[in-house]
Formats: sequence, structure tokens, C-alpha cells
Amino acid sequence: MSTHSPQGLSSSSAVMRHAALLITGALILIPFVWMVSLSIKPPGEIFRASFSFWPHEFYGIENYTKALTEAPLPQYMLNGVFVCASIVILQILICAPAAYALAKLDFPGKNLLFAMVLIALLLPHEVLALPLFILGYQIGILNTYAALIVPYVVSPFGIFLFRQFFKTIPDDVIHAARLDGLSELSIVWKIMVPMALPAIIAFGIFSVVGHWNSLFWPLIAVRDQSLMPPPLGIMAFKNEEAGNDYGPLMAASTIVVLPLIIAFLSAQRWFVEGLTGGAVK
Amino acid sequence: MSLATSTAPEPAASSTDSAGGRKALRRQRLAETITAWSLAGPALILLVTLFFLPVFAVFAIALTDWQFGASDLAFVGLGNFKEVFADEGFRASLVNTIVYVAIVVPGTISLGLVIALLIESGKSCRAFYRAIHFLPFMATLTAMAIAWEPLLHPTIGLVNQTLASLGLPTANWLRDEGTVLPVLAVIGIWQNLGYAMVLFLAGLKSIPQDLYDAADIDGADLWFDRLRTVTLPMLGPVSMFVFIVVALRAFETFDTVQVLTQGGPGHASEMLLFTLYRESFQYLRTGYGAAVAVVFLCIVVALTLIQARVLDKRVHYQ
Amino acid sequence: MNKIFIKQISKSFGATPVLRDVSLSIADGEFLTLLGASGCGKSTLLRILAGLELQTGGSVAIGERVVDGVRPKRRDVAMVFQSYALYPHMTVQDNMALPLRMRRLSSWQRLPLAGRFMPGTTATTAEIERDVTRTAKALGIGHLLARKPGQLSGGQRQRVAVGRAMVRQPAVFLMDEPLSNLDAMLRVQMRAEIKELHNRLGVTFVYVTHDESEAMTMSDRVAVMLDGELLQVAPPQEIYADPDDRRVAEFIGSPKINMLEARLRDGGLADAAGTSFAVAANVAHGTALTLGIRPEAFHLVDAGGANILTGAVRLVEHMGSDLFVHLDVPGTEHPLIARLLAERAPQILTGQTLHLGVKPERLLLFAADGKRLRPHNHRNGTVLRMRELAQ
Repeated sequence: MSTHSPQGLSSSSAVMRHAALLITGALILIPFVWMVSLSIKPPGEIFRASFSFWPHEFYGIENYTKALTEAPLPQYMLNGVFVCASIVILQILICAPAAYALAKLDFPGKNLLFAMVLIALLLPHEVLALPLFILGYQIGILNTYAALIVPYVVSPFGIFLFRQFFKTIPDDVIHAARLDGLSELSIVWKIMVPMALPAIIAFGIFSVVGHWNSLFWPLIAVRDQSLMPPPLGIMAFKNEEAGNDYGPLMAASTIVVLPLIIAFLSAQRWFVEGLTGGAVK
Repeated sequence: MSLATSTAPEPAASSTDSAGGRKALRRQRLAETITAWSLAGPALILLVTLFFLPVFAVFAIALTDWQFGASDLAFVGLGNFKEVFADEGFRASLVNTIVYVAIVVPGTISLGLVIALLIESGKSCRAFYRAIHFLPFMATLTAMAIAWEPLLHPTIGLVNQTLASLGLPTANWLRDEGTVLPVLAVIGIWQNLGYAMVLFLAGLKSIPQDLYDAADIDGADLWFDRLRTVTLPMLGPVSMFVFIVVALRAFETFDTVQVLTQGGPGHASEMLLFTLYRESFQYLRTGYGAAVAVVFLCIVVALTLIQARVLDKRVHYQ
Repeated sequence: MNKIFIKQISKSFGATPVLRDVSLSIADGEFLTLLGASGCGKSTLLRILAGLELQTGGSVAIGERVVDGVRPKRRDVAMVFQSYALYPHMTVQDNMALPLRMRRLSSWQRLPLAGRFMPGTTATTAEIERDVTRTAKALGIGHLLARKPGQLSGGQRQRVAVGRAMVRQPAVFLMDEPLSNLDAMLRVQMRAEIKELHNRLGVTFVYVTHDESEAMTMSDRVAVMLDGELLQVAPPQEIYADPDDRRVAEFIGSPKINMLEARLRDGGLADAAGTSFAVAANVAHGTALTLGIRPEAFHLVDAGGANILTGAVRLVEHMGSDLFVHLDVPGTEHPLIARLLAERAPQILTGQTLHLGVKPERLLLFAADGKRLRPHNHRNGTVLRMRELAQ
């Protein structure tokens, strides 16, 4: 290992390293590559066994048009954007002040509140689905955007992460802000949140990726196609219309996967931090 | 002169007799408490309604024979749990989940570790390799499961074509009781190994270079000795963490089952969350579903508590 | 014989040169200190000696053997690291046993479990344990053998690190700032212990530090390094009293040496700061010189004159037995600092005018390029002055 020995990696083992990583990398990428490949092939070629990535007849336009028109795919994507954005904004609005109170204020019940956060952190959300479904039914929000958003507006992980980060900000900053006449709420929004921006961004990525990709709860909460987020929508597309019509189905999958992958590739460091940051700490 | 008067302490304010001081202090503490609860209030209310009441409700429902939509219910004690464990379908689901976890966890950890070691062993193209291997973890699993289906297709799938061209036996991967669970596990490994890799990379980065130098001087300078003396022991705490996190993710597998197999053929690929979903929301056997949820919750909580316990032990390494 | 020969070593990291043409020979059993500010290349030189870093050019020999390209394991050197680099997952016993295990046991014998059944493993392991115990007792850490590094104090960890280096009786000890993570009290104590260890073991020590007092108190010779170059290698007192280079003079000594810019004129006189000094240097008239005067080279006189500096007192610092007097002398950039014995100096007040005399033989002359100008370019003079100083 180069960093560990003065001689560095000998050229033959460097070649081995690249060879091994290129092979594992290629294996990892096969599903992606095959998905894109099928999405530009005509049905005839798909069902004719072949190894070639590029089709004889480019059928991409037809497949992608079909994916975008036969299923309300643009609607699914917009639903996904709206739901994820609402969730992450509400989460930050609700979690940041609570985290500030836990990190910087002293009050009776503080330990109890923090214990509640830790316990909530333990609970897998799927376990809560049944009562939340009943609750949603009782207050009549099933099959609305609210059903997709409300169960997630408070994030124990968000409170925990923000609290950890706020704790590292020196008390003197807050004292100075109080002397300057800021209210506690404006300390949260004008001082703490800007100073904790890396944590906020990391949490935002964590939250958006999680909710964009999630299938379990949307499957329970909504039935209307016009409300479905992308994973649920594409599953419905597969079950109802496309079936074995792989071309448009792969085109739709590609469209669903693409936004996050582009975002990931352009901000790799942030994504890795956001999705593992809480874990590594 | 105005300066002098403003700086001079006013006699009334300066004479803080202890009782008045304590009173002021108490008033200030009360103010802080009110502020704190008004800041944390929304979160508290939502935590209670969205997490704590539902959890209690799950336990309560699990003790009844309630069916969603029914107007009456009766207390059945542990009847649901008896039924759950007597049910062949559930037992299969539990066993499947354990087998699945038993394949995914070692597979993910060992591959993630090997890839992390390979990436860290050189300086070039690190970000590139990391990105490629991390990609599946990012990608929407529902969509990727749909993309895996044609790969595994019995006649036109790339997997079978490749095997056939090499003269190896092929299989109907998702329709064969013997292969369906391992195939789902492979997809699970494919999806999670990037996550394990990234955690291991972070662990590797935090090993001080001095330790490798000391190992060199002490004579542990061969690749294998260094791995054994420094790298692996120093990765111990991270490995334990990766183990738990990957195990939790494996227990919570749902999307691939839902999209690719619906638990079939038979019960061959049925897993806990899928059972939970089907019983609670398709068959509307609410009491039974709640009992499954309780069992699932117990497994997850036990795993997480083990993790907290182990992470505490990390102190010894400091 | 474990002399170390370092021949024209150079090292660059990419385009940045870290070491330039460093040559040095270290005698068997010598305690040599590499002294310099951080980033001067001293640690890199040590790491090249250890084999942890490969030089860009030049050659290293330990004993009769050229060791370039030889792995650290085969160089018969031991090293104590600044961070101690103890293996946190191993007990003190295992930490100290590791270098022995790696040398005395074969790869097969080191295998977990199976290795125990290889022939000879048990006997060798017992022998290793004996050696570890003996070394640990010698260092006073015998009772800590079962603990892990995380449970030890800084000083104990330091001893374990020394023990791990000592246990295999290497020909050369390399130490990279081993005391810098300890508090001041402990540092002084460990300083003495390391020196004592050197006396007892009688092997070669190469010690890297940025701390002047460690270098001066422990070493047989000090090698002063700056910007990847070796400026001077000499015994501590010589480094202080007879520096070869202006940068050495400025690096060693606290408070810092006073430097006066001067110009040589007829009659062996140099003008500086409004007075003239008699200097004995073999240089042409009109040459620009720098006069170096150690703070303690001043003595109080009653009136101005040749070899006497006159100025106003800016600040007086009482240090107990000594006084540090900061003096504003017209024609100098910085205030001069004089160190006077408190009992000999009368009450000195800020603002007061003071006359400070300097004996000509205590003037250090430096040429414009920083090189030392010696009277008649002769070392004998130095030795004489050294004796005088010692008295």
C-alpha cells in the first residue's frame, strides 16, 4: 500500500488494483448499463438474445415517449419533488428549534425529551405504518399529499444530528447574539442554522434520497395515480400497462433513477457525507 | 457629564439583596424553560403523535382480533402471537429473512471491505471507483429491481445468456424456489456493498500513519502482517458498526420482494416486511399484522441495542 | 561498529525539496540530536535513516553496510514516535512483544491458533515473554503489562514506546520528538531518563527535536538544520558559543542574540549603533558585517566609548537571578536585550540611560551571506575562548 511503504505500490500491483476495481465496478454497473441498453432497443431486439449494448435500430425516442405519455411519469416526478421538498423543509423547521433547545438551553424535562428522541430513533418506520394508516383514515387524509408528508414531518435523526452539531458551536456566540438583542427563535435561524449548514445539507440529502426512493409507505398511503411518487408510480406502470414491454419500462426506470444519480455524481462528497455522516460520527 | 451619570451604578439596582437576586434568577430560569418548551413543543407533540402513540397502538392492536373496518373487537391476549408463530407462512417468512440476512451481511461486509482496501491501496482514481461502487446505494431500488428483472429473465436475460454461452446450467432465477432467495440476496449485496465500502474507507482514513510506520520498524512489513497487526484490528469498531447497519437494512428489505417476486414462488421469497404489508394492508388482518410488526420491532430493537453496547466498548481503543 | 554515514542525502516531495545534500557521520554510541524548527526536514532525515522514506539522492550506511533500499525491519534500528504509535488494541505486553515475534517466529508460527502447534513456538514465545518482562521491569512498567495503551497516562505510554524500541536491543535508536506530547514537568524528568538510558545501553541515539533545551541537555553533538540544510554539527556548548552561521546563532539561545549591522573601516574598527567596535577579521575595508552579541555578553559600565553601547531603557524584566533589560539604542532596528545579574545591577528604571560594554572576544562576526567570520579564520582562537568561557 503506497502510503504505508516507502517503495510505494509496485507497478504490477498497481495494475492489479486497477484491474480488480474495474472488474468489480463493471459488475456493479451491469444493471444500469443493461437498463439503458434495453431502453433504446425495439421490442424485437430485446427478445432476440444478444450481448450488444447498442441496438441495430435505435428505438430510444419511441420508448421514452411511450414512458412519458402512457404513464403519467412527469406527474410522478413532480409528486416526488413536491413531497420530498415539503418533507425536508418541514423537518428542518421543526427539528432545528428543538435541537437548539436540547443543545443549548437548560430546562426541566430536557433529558426526558432527549430520551424520547433516542427511542424514536430506534423505531423502524414500517412498524408505525399500521397505526399511522388508521390515524390517516380517521382524520381523512389518506390518498392525499398530506398522507405522504405528515408522517415524516418530525425526524428524530434530524433532531439528533442537529443537536450534536449545535453543541459544537461555542456558547459565547449565543451570549453575544443575546446581547445584540436577538430573540431565541432568531438565534436559531440567524446564527445556529447558518453555522450548522454542513449538517443541514447532509441531513437534507439524507432525507431527500430516503423519501425519493421509498416505496413502502406510499404504497399504503395513496391509491390515486395523480398522487404517486416515482417508485410507486413506476411499479404501477409495470403492473398495469407495461408488463413485459421492457423498452418503455426501462426508459421509465432510467428517468426515475437519473435525477439522484446526476445529483450524486455532481456532489459526491456531500452525498457520501449525508448518507453516512450520522453513521460515522 | 452625561457620561458620568450613565456609567455610575444606580444605588437601587446595585443593592441586590440575596432574596431579590434569587427571585430574579428564578424568573430567568422560568423564562428559559418557557422558551425551551416553545421551541421544542412542536417536535414534542409530533414525536408523541407520530411515533409514541402509534407504537403503543401497535402493541394494543396486537392483543385484539380487530380487522380494519370492523366495528367490534375483542381482547384476545397473546392469541395473535400464537397464531403468528403457528402459521407456516410466517415461519417461512421469518426463516427466509434470517437466511437472507445471513447471506447479505457477510457478503456485503467482505466485498465492501475488499473494495475499500483495494481503493485505499493506491492513490489514483479513488473518487471514480468510490462513485461507481456507491451508485447502487443511491439509485431508487424499485426502479433498479425493475431493471434487474430482464437481466434475470429465463430466456432473454443477460445472466442466462452468459451462462449458456459458457456451457453452464441456467435457471429461472426468480421462479425457482431454490434460487429466488439467493438471487434477492445478491441484489441486496449489490445495493449495500457501496455503503459498507464508504464506511470502511472512512475507517481506513482514520488509522494513523504512525501505526503503519511502527509496524514497519517492528518488522510487520509484509502486506499480510500489516493487515493483521494494524488494519483489521483498527477497523474492528467500524466493522461492528457496519455489521449492525447492514443487518438492519437487510431485515428491512421490502422493495425487491414487492416488485420482483411478491413472496413467491410459494413462500420461497417471503420476508418479514412483505408479510407485514400483506397481512395488514392487503388482507386487512389488522390484529395479526400488528403482531407481526411487534415481532419485527423486537428484532430491530435488539440489534440496535447490541450496536449501542458495542459502540460503548470503542472507548478501549482510544 | 555502528557508525552511521549519511552521504549527500537529498529528498524532494514532488517539486518541493525537503533535504539538500545533507552529509553527516554519527559515531558509534553517540547521542546526536537533529535540531531545527518544524518543517526543516529533520524528521524526514530520521525517517530516511529508518527506511520509512526513500531518499531522492545520496546514500546511508549503518555500520559497514549501505542500507539504501533495505526494509526498516532489516536495518536493526528502533524508533520512538512522537505519537508513540502504540497499537491500541494490544496490551502493553503484546505491544512490546511484537517486534520480537516478527523477528523470532516464522510466518507459520505466528498464525493464530495453528501457530501454537508448530515446533519451537512455545519455547520461543516463553523466551520473548521473559525478554519483555525484563525490559518492562527495567523501565518501571512491569505492573502495566496487562493494560492497554488507552488505560495509561502520557508518561507511561512514553515508557512503553521506549520499551518497545528497547526490547530487541537495536544497534540504533531513532527518536522523533518523543517528549513533545508530555507536560513540562514530565518532559524534564523523561529527558534525564532518556539520557540515562543512553548511558546505560551505550548504543547510538539519533534524536529529533525542535526544543533547544532538549538538544542542549542530552546530546553529545547537535546538528542544527534549517530549510533542508545542515548548518552546523558540534557539541552543544560549541553550537552556542561558537556558531558557524548567523542562522545558528539566532536559532540557539533565549533571549535571542542581538544582531547589529556594521561596516568595517580602517584600524580594524567596525561602526555600529553609534559606536565603534574593535574587530579582528580578515576582510577588506568597507565590508558590511553583522555583529552578534549574546545578551549575557554585556556588562554595565559608567560612561560611553569604544565597544560600549548607549541607550534608553525601554523595559526591565525581572527573572529572579537575572534581569532582562530591553534597550533602545539609536541606529538599531530592534531594542537590544541584555541579561544582567540581578545582584550586580543597581536599580534600573525605564527611561534611564544605560551604558553597556562588550569585550571584543565576545563579539561574533558574520559576513553578509551569514557565514561566521573568525579572527584569522582559525579555530584555535575559538578553543581558547571556550576555555575562558568555561572558567
